[in-house]
Amino acid sequence: MNRTRAGAPPENNVLITDDEVEYVRVLSKRLSKRGFEVTTAFSGSEGIRIARQKDFDVALVDLKMEDMDGLEVLKILKKMIPDIAVIILTGHGSADAAREGLKLGASDYLSKPCDLEELIDAIQRVIRHKHVTDCNIQSKHSQVDQSL
Amino acid sequence: MHMKYAINRGDELPEESSYHRSLKRKIVVTILLMSITPLVLISGSILYYLEASYKEKAVDYLKIVVMKHRDEIDSFLNERLVDLKVIAASHPLDRLVNPDFLEAKLQAMHGAQSLGFVDLGVVNSEGAQIAYAGPFKLGRADYYDALWFRRAAIQDSYISDVFMGLRGLPHFIVTVRKESNGRTWILRGTVDFESFNALVHGIRIGETGLAFILNRSGELQTEAGPLTVSDKKQAAQVITASATSMTEVRVIEKQDREGSPTLYVTAPLKDGDWLLVYRQNARDAFSVIYRARTIAAAVFVSAFTAIVIVTVLIARNMVQRIADADAQKRLMNEQVIHAGKLASIGELASGVAHEINNPLAIIMEEAGWMEDLLTEEDIRGTANYEEYRRALEQIRAQGKRCKGITHKLLSFARKTDPEPKDIQLNEIVEEVVSLSRQRIKYGNVTIASHMQPDLPCVQASPSEMQQVLLNIINNSLDAMEPDGGNIGITTRTENAQVVIDIEDDGPGIPESILPRIFDPFFTTKAVGRGTGLGLSICYGIVQKMEGELSVASSVGKGTVFHIRLPVSPDSRSD
Repeated sequence: MNRTRAGAPPENNVLITDDEVEYVRVLSKRLSKRGFEVTTAFSGSEGIRIARQKDFDVALVDLKMEDMDGLEVLKILKKMIPDIAVIILTGHGSADAAREGLKLGASDYLSKPCDLEELIDAIQRVIRHKHVTDCNIQSKHSQVDQSL
Repeated sequence: MHMKYAINRGDELPEESSYHRSLKRKIVVTILLMSITPLVLISGSILYYLEASYKEKAVDYLKIVVMKHRDEIDSFLNERLVDLKVIAASHPLDRLVNPDFLEAKLQAMHGAQSLGFVDLGVVNSEGAQIAYAGPFKLGRADYYDALWFRRAAIQDSYISDVFMGLRGLPHFIVTVRKESNGRTWILRGTVDFESFNALVHGIRIGETGLAFILNRSGELQTEAGPLTVSDKKQAAQVITASATSMTEVRVIEKQDREGSPTLYVTAPLKDGDWLLVYRQNARDAFSVIYRARTIAAAVFVSAFTAIVIVTVLIARNMVQRIADADAQKRLMNEQVIHAGKLASIGELASGVAHEINNPLAIIMEEAGWMEDLLTEEDIRGTANYEEYRRALEQIRAQGKRCKGITHKLLSFARKTDPEPKDIQLNEIVEEVVSLSRQRIKYGNVTIASHMQPDLPCVQASPSEMQQVLLNIINNSLDAMEPDGGNIGITTRTENAQVVIDIEDDGPGIPESILPRIFDPFFTTKAVGRGTGLGLSICYGIVQKMEGELSVASSVGKGTVFHIRLPVSPDSRSD
């Protein structure tokens, strides 16, 4: 915990796109407290709109939102901003959805509920990785579904 | 579940009856109609034609016999006539009226077997007997009023019907009329009635066949013999009714008084004055046919019985099979419904699990947020600070536990990938290893994989395969906590099977529990940590893929799991 709090990287713009308002709020607060610059979006379309206006290092996207499917959001984001890193963070997870997301260019996949440390770990790894190389995301997967 | 079905089945079998009984009845009736009808038609027509042709032959034979007999009787009567004619022609009247001469002639005519004539007499034109030779004291009898005399007086020769005459015994006579010296006289001879009867009765065939002679008015011209009065009357009726022309041999079949069919064969005698009648019970005459009929009936009855028995057996057997199939169908329907129920329960469970994940995430994050806040507020120094921390820690821990449950539920209820496809196990292994990296890193474990580069594909569902590998690796990781250790994953080919060995150098599994590790709900983990379903699910998955999951372990040295899967047919042909 100390490690993550201490090492908030210089580029740390995070966009959270999820229609679970309370979840977004608390996550935003916790991430902000750890030095991330967090922007929140409560629907898929809002997430896309915000991403168009501002640059982000990482976008956390839910898979099932009322207005849009998370995979759809992922596709649009990747098309709009090719070097944006997307982490799928969802409660409706399945191995198939995870594979599909990774195939569409997501950098990682986490299922709710997840440890904050785990999430921060994934975010940092993704950001670090963006600096090292922009390809071969496949080798960077976190654990998709520990219980599988 | 199985026991429930077994009980259901037992309950349902007896109540199949009403539908199956009517089915059985229909089958029996149909088969019987189909098999009995041709049997009746064929055997009936064969019997009919056989009987007809045999009857024709039998009747023909009777006709011939009767005709021959008629000829014999005819020739007997003719011989008697000729006898008299010879005497009348060869001797003058004055010699014939001498009783001694007449007696000598009578004696001369007695043949070897038969008497021929019983007596002889000469009668003048006035009907007075002028000479007599014979056993009766007839002397000078007057025959002027006798019926025979009237007839004899106007014919050259005459054979009378049977009459009682002066002697009071049934007899008949033969007469020859002669004219000499302007005087007409008649030579008369009484036929030996006994030998004549013997001649007529000589024809006897079978048990009931007998012959007799009737005149035009239906009176019996021979001894009655075994004939009763009613027999005679009936015979007379038959003959007079049906033999209008008394010229040829005829065959008449008629019921007698007792209702049994009787056969009459008639042949005319004496230029139609007499009728030779041969009478036989039809049953006797056609005894062969009746015997054949009896045999045929016996054969028919036994064939019928056999058909009925076989039909009933077949029908029972068929209906039993149908009933069994119906019961099985019902059972299968129940199972399908049950499977459907399970599937919908699974869907429900996964839906609930998904729905729970979101609020659970919020709860855990809020708890985390409170923990975050606790670290910096003044509250740190308060009396209950540790209690707050502990409570929040509990919330997080129990949340994690809930997460474990929902994820188990999801993986348990998850629909398997609809179709297994050709997959490269090396890729799956790499994927799973990379998925486990996090735990490996924290668990102080090193993982080394040795993959056969040209590994053939197998037919399997990727997500299920992933589940199996992850489960085994997670088990190894759990087992090696907290000291850590080494995991080795090897892929290889052996006897048309792809083999994955997952080896660890953990504590090993005690021999006592080794046989039970694939049993459902068997777990060594603390309550709440494991459901005991993981390995049993893996075992089921591998078996469904026609593969084999086995384990070898020795305490203190480590455990190795072997997954064997058949090489996919497409891959094998390469």
